[in-house]
Amino acid sequence: MVHLREMPDHLREALINQELPEYGDTPWVTPKPLNECRVALISTAGLHRREDPPFTPGSADYRIIPDDYDMDQLVMSHLSTNFDRSGFYQDVNTSFPFDRLSELADEGVIGSVASRHYSFMGATPPTVMEPIARDLANVLKADNVDAVVLVPV
Amino acid sequence: MSGLAHYLEDEGIPTTLIALIRKHAEEIKPPRALAVPFELGRPLGAPNEPDFQRRVLQNCLELLEEESGPALADFPDDAPGADVDQEGWACPVNFAAPVADMSDEELLTQTLLQEISLLKPWYEESKQTRGGRTNYGISGKAPEEIPAFFASLVVNREDTASPVEDRPAPLAFKQMADDLRYYYIEAAIARPDARVSDLEIGNWLWGETTLGKVLVEIRDWAMESENKGFKALATTAMVPTHQRHRTKHG
Repeated sequence: MVHLREMPDHLREALINQELPEYGDTPWVTPKPLNECRVALISTAGLHRREDPPFTPGSADYRIIPDDYDMDQLVMSHLSTNFDRSGFYQDVNTSFPFDRLSELADEGVIGSVASRHYSFMGATPPTVMEPIARDLANVLKADNVDAVVLVPV
Repeated sequence: MSGLAHYLEDEGIPTTLIALIRKHAEEIKPPRALAVPFELGRPLGAPNEPDFQRRVLQNCLELLEEESGPALADFPDDAPGADVDQEGWACPVNFAAPVADMSDEELLTQTLLQEISLLKPWYEESKQTRGGRTNYGISGKAPEEIPAFFASLVVNREDTASPVEDRPAPLAFKQMADDLRYYYIEAAIARPDARVSDLEIGNWLWGETTLGKVLVEIRDWAMESENKGFKALATTAMVPTHQRHRTKHG
C-alpha cells in the first residue's frame, strides 16, 4: 500500500475503521532500566530465512530469526499486496531494524540484543495467534529477554 | 500488532511497538506505542537512512522508561524523501503496449517470457547493487517457468492444473505471482538514484506491463470463481488497493 493519504478514500476508511477485537484492560509490566534490557524484535511482516517455508493463508505461527543469520538473506512472504515492499528490497532495516538495534546496544542505550528474533505474518488476525503468542512469551523468558519491540509492516 | 502486545505483556514480557495506523493503537491500547506518519510497509520510515531509522527505534524503546500506561507517543517527523517530487522515475526498460488479446495462450506466454528476458539484466544489476540480495524465491520456480501457468490461468481459468506437486493451484499461483512481482519491481528500481513510491511502481506494473494485465484478468474471474482458494485470494491478496480501479470488481 501507499501512504494512507494516497489510498482511495473508501479503502482508507475501510482499513482505518475496520472492526477491531476487544482486548480489555491494558496489561503493564515494569521493565528493567532500558540500558540493562536484553531486547528482541518481533515483526509481523511475514519475514523468514530464505530456507524456511513461506507463510501461507491463515498462518498463525512464527519463524525464528537467529541473531547470527545474514539478514540480507531474509525474504518476505506476507500475503497482503497492500503495503510498500520496495523499501524492504532496498534495505532490510526499513522493516526489520536489526542493525539499528545492534547499534543501540553498542551505544549503551539498551543492554544487549537477544539471540533470537521472530516474525509472524500479519494478514492472520491476532486473535488466532493468541495461543502461539502466549506460548512465545515463555520462550522469550527462557532466553532471558527483558523487553520486545513489535514492528508492523 | 497491538493485539500481540496485549498477549505478551499479559504473560509478563514488557513490550513497545511502532504503530503505522494511530487509530488502531488508540482503540486497542497496547501498553506502549509510538505512532509514526510513514507509508505502510516502512515502519522505520525509509530505506538507507540509518540515522533516521535509529531515531525511530530509540524513540520507540524509550517508551519502556514510562512509569505508567497505556503510553501512546507520536514520532514528530515525516520520513526522509516523503516530500520530494517523484515525477522523475521511469522503468529502465520500455515495453510495447500490453497484449490486448487475452484469449491467445501462446501469445501471452511468449510476451511474458519476453518481458522477463528484457528485465533480466536490470534484475541482475539491482541484485548486484544490494550485494546479491533479492526477495525472489518464495515459489521455488525460476521466472521463465511461470508464464505458461499464468497464460493457462487466463484462458482455462480454474481448470488449470497446479504445476507444483502437493501445492494447490491457488497457493502455487499466489507464490509465483508474488515472485514475479518481486522480480519486476526489483528490476524496475535498479537505478539507485531512483526515489520511487509504491504507487508509481504500481502504476507501471499494473498499467503498462502484460504481467499486470494478466494478473488483473485472473483476478476478474477469480472474484466470481467457485474455487474457494482463488476466490479468497482474489478478495484481498491479488491486486493492491491503489490498482483495483483496473479490475472488474474494484
